[in-house]
Amino acid sequence: MSATTSDQTSNAVSPLKRITLQGKYETIQMLSNGEQLVLAIVMPVIALFALTFTDLLAGVAERTIDAAAPGVLALCVISTAFTGQGIGTGFDRRYGVLRMFSTTPLGKAGLIFGKVIAVLTVLAVQVVLISICALLMGWEPRLVGILPSLVFLLLGAGCFTALGLLIAGTVRPEATLAITNLAWILLAGIGGVLFPTTMAPEWIQLLLNALPSAGLGDSLRAALIDGTFHIPAAIMLVVWTGIASFAAVKLFKWN
Amino acid sequence: MLGSNGAGKSTTLGCAQGLLRPESGTVELLGQDPYGDKPDLRSRVGVMLQDGGLPPSMRPIPLLRHVASLYRKPMDIDALIERLDIASFSSRTIRRLSGGQKQRVALAAALAGDPDVVFLDEPSAGLDPQTRQVVFDLILELRDAGKAIILTTHLMDDAQRLSDYVYIIDKGRTVAQGTVAELTAMAAEEQETRPVSFGAAPGLALPDTVPSGLHLSETTAGEYRLDGVRSPDHLQWLTNWWATAGILPTHLSLQARSLEDVFLEIAQKESEDA
Repeated sequence: MSATTSDQTSNAVSPLKRITLQGKYETIQMLSNGEQLVLAIVMPVIALFALTFTDLLAGVAERTIDAAAPGVLALCVISTAFTGQGIGTGFDRRYGVLRMFSTTPLGKAGLIFGKVIAVLTVLAVQVVLISICALLMGWEPRLVGILPSLVFLLLGAGCFTALGLLIAGTVRPEATLAITNLAWILLAGIGGVLFPTTMAPEWIQLLLNALPSAGLGDSLRAALIDGTFHIPAAIMLVVWTGIASFAAVKLFKWN
Repeated sequence: MLGSNGAGKSTTLGCAQGLLRPESGTVELLGQDPYGDKPDLRSRVGVMLQDGGLPPSMRPIPLLRHVASLYRKPMDIDALIERLDIASFSSRTIRRLSGGQKQRVALAAALAGDPDVVFLDEPSAGLDPQTRQVVFDLILELRDAGKAIILTTHLMDDAQRLSDYVYIIDKGRTVAQGTVAELTAMAAEEQETRPVSFGAAPGLALPDTVPSGLHLSETTAGEYRLDGVRSPDHLQWLTNWWATAGILPTHLSLQARSLEDVFLEIAQKESEDA
């Protein structure tokens, strides 16, 4: 066994290295989980096919693939940042994993940053795979919309990570599992993710437009179909991220 | 830190580790308040939680390598894995390990950063006797290497074998403290009688009559105990019996009590006071 470190010196590697290592660890955890892969890759691909080869999105864009792909990318964000990450964190909390890692140099901040890195890495894999799929199916996104859409994917990832942490840190993991899965289905169907909120009855549109899911879905469609930057959606996502982060910091229970 | 289940050992430890904020009083760990995110302090402190806190879907060795990678100068992980025989079950995920196997992985994770201070919550729980010996040897070796080790247990034997200094905890308070020798000697002075124990052939025919106040029994096969010894005459009676029956004991002790006796005595006193 090696010698004892001298007094007062730190034996921790640099914060950047700790976060990178934890990000890699969390990414492997996420990608080695079967249910997670179904949620992250298989379901979005099915949604892409279903929406492209039916007339559910008729009139949203000139061709159905162009109408479908942006919403499916929004769905990827919710799958990974919210549902997958939320369930993982909920069970980590149950098994004391969060407590164990907070006794290492990683600490609570390192744990959170590690999760954010994992979410972004998995999301990048999803976006590449879905984009390749969609391009093979004839998708023609507006090139000027690509940069704005990356901005919205990042804003959405931040917002839904905070929401996922808020739920995972406050209720039992079984409840987190139920809530985040149910929310995933509801938001995908009627929360403005796959279908524009303008397809809903007028009286409910105001409410739907206040949802972060609608902000994400509509902004990606605006960027990739019309090449425009959806400013109200950006504001909406930032506000939701702020509220969810504040609540998560205040209410998150580590054990 | 010795105490029965629910005495407050884990809570005390949680406060000392900085995982819990104490309701009153102050905690200092290596000269700092341990509460909150303190990476530099954490890098010098190893913690083994009672529930382990190991991620169930991981395999032991990748987890240990990951934990070790967070430290600039980690312990030799391969040596630790070999020492605790973790390779023998490393193909399984942590979810599928037995309690004792999980304990070994949790101990290795606590030691991965080669810490100066080590907190071990019930380190011998769920271990078979052979593994327990390996773990105890490792703990004593770390102590000899100059590391401060704070461990909790509800087993007297653990405390007696591992501790330089013992705190007995009850209802969240220290009710006695000292070295094992001090604690047992203290009890011996207070007590009026001194139990005598000795070893001899199992199944001896015990004398029909025993002086009043004395009680002779075979506690386990070949181990005998005479309770109620208050005067030298009682010892003379015992040796007389040996002489007439032709018994030469294999060992004999006129005991100051064991740590267990001390603990039970304190627990009894506490419940009488309450």
